[in-house]
Amino acid sequence: MEKSTFWVFRLATYLILIAGFSVFGDIVVKGSATVFGAFKTTSTFPYFTNTFLTEAPESLYVFEHKGEKREMGDREYRAFREKETAAALAAGQPAPQFKADSYVYSAGGIWPCIVGTVLLVVGSMTIALLLGVSSAIFLSEYARDGAFVRFVRLAILNLAGVPSIVFGLFGFGMFVIYFDWNVSLLAGWFTLAFMVLPVVITASEEALKAVPKGFREGSLALGATKWQTIRSNVLPYALPGILTSSILGIARVAGETAPIMFTAAYVVRDKLPWDVEKISDFFFQGVMALPYHIYVVSSKIPQNEYTARVQYGTAFVFLGIVALIAASSIVLRNKLRGRYKW
Amino acid sequence: MDTPAATPASRTFNVPATASAADGAQTLIEIDSFDFYYGAKQALFDINLRLADKRVTAFIGPSGCGKSTLLRCLNRMNDLIDGTSVKRGNVKIRGIDIYGRDVDSIELRKRVGMVFQKSNPFPKSIYENITYGLRIQGVKSKARLDEVVEKSLRGAALWDEVKDRLHESGLGLSGGQQQRLCIARTIAVEPEVILMDEPCSALDPIATAKVEELIHELKKQFTIIIVTHSMQQAARCSDQTAFFYMGKLVEFGETRDIFMNPKNPQTEAYVSGRFG
Repeated sequence: MEKSTFWVFRLATYLILIAGFSVFGDIVVKGSATVFGAFKTTSTFPYFTNTFLTEAPESLYVFEHKGEKREMGDREYRAFREKETAAALAAGQPAPQFKADSYVYSAGGIWPCIVGTVLLVVGSMTIALLLGVSSAIFLSEYARDGAFVRFVRLAILNLAGVPSIVFGLFGFGMFVIYFDWNVSLLAGWFTLAFMVLPVVITASEEALKAVPKGFREGSLALGATKWQTIRSNVLPYALPGILTSSILGIARVAGETAPIMFTAAYVVRDKLPWDVEKISDFFFQGVMALPYHIYVVSSKIPQNEYTARVQYGTAFVFLGIVALIAASSIVLRNKLRGRYKW
Repeated sequence: MDTPAATPASRTFNVPATASAADGAQTLIEIDSFDFYYGAKQALFDINLRLADKRVTAFIGPSGCGKSTLLRCLNRMNDLIDGTSVKRGNVKIRGIDIYGRDVDSIELRKRVGMVFQKSNPFPKSIYENITYGLRIQGVKSKARLDEVVEKSLRGAALWDEVKDRLHESGLGLSGGQQQRLCIARTIAVEPEVILMDEPCSALDPIATAKVEELIHELKKQFTIIIVTHSMQQAARCSDQTAFFYMGKLVEFGETRDIFMNPKNPQTEAYVSGRFG
């Protein structure tokens, strides 16, 4: 009996390991093939480029030319067609006929999605940290325990339990329609920020509470005001903890599709976000985003043998970016931790 | 002999101790019929006390007798605890009622510094620890800060030990050094009064001796009030002693008199080690 229980638990753990490895392995193997297969040499410095990481999504054209099967992205295909036509006319031959099958989003890269996701993460985390840390400071340092504080805590707890699609609908109703921001970065930022706010507040409060009372008392006894004390003698020591929580927040913000699909994400957009006429336009433009792009290429377009390349490639890059942002937060946190140890 | 609290006779013996300051010294702090509450619980009952300038006063008494509470009332640290209130009486420092409406507790704490039971250097460098008080007052001059750091560390008898590592963390110091760093930090803002809440309770005898030596030096410049659990410490380093019991001031007088010749049987019982 003892032994079989032990084995049940052990197998359950192995199962998780297998699941984790197969998910990661699948994405890494197939995705890296896409990404590393997209390196090309160029004639200018730095003499190579990665079309998957630096280009926008394009339609893929598959056609037969002189008995050979060719696959080309949209721009390349058109240039090729013009060149061939011109060459044929110059040689006095009739213009060649091109009969190509096109597959949307199956060529090119995902550069606009990378940019959009990074912008969404940075903006919404900034808003969430500003709001969340402020309210955590209020709750743990200033507010006296009472009905109001209990009510606020209940509200935060409730916010944490709301499904992300509901946040998406809320953002759509509130920011996109009522505030008339349209589908825009700003609407996405606020929607995502509200979604991670409970995580940020709860963890910030814990981090603030972990700062020993002696530091506050010592500072106040030297004639510091409450805000001076918090700013120079509480907050710096709480920052590593706050950052730890925001790492979790980053992963969520970057990964959620539901909150942005009504508020900030475009299926496709030719212009890059900084390609705007006025600076204010920057905030009121929609962007492409990695999770939404995965959703689009996996379920909104006809599936065929050419779609898997983009699906896996996007998922791989997406994982990489989340890992990168999280890693830099961890490095920053450890640096701060080393500076303030007690 | 029973503990004094149990005998009705001693209950009636609540000395309305409007004790006077010692001869020759000027009165700095006057506490008059002071009642203090934690919520509905009364912690201090009708305290009357006159403390002299530039002297060391020890507050002694068993745990929970209110000595630390009174100490923390003198720089209004108790304001930070929810539900505390002064129901009656007042505390005057240089004639100014510190619980008065126009008194800023921040200003008060610049003049009445405090050293805590558990040494609490900030997790910053020694230099930043000392200059913290001045920086928040807006002092920026490097020359002035350097000067204050040296002066304060010398004043706290710590300069020779740390002068080569001013920019290392204050937490790297030993327990006794940390406590002297906290004292240095306190005297850097040049208060008039230094409150010490059991400053040696976490220190070994050698570190304790150093702090006590320091107290002797500091009383030339500062008025010091020290709460202590150690009667030997009170006897060694204070000029005057106040004995508290159950939130009441039982006896106040010259330290020698309190220990050698107490007037009150409760005091006598406590200082001779029969309870507490």
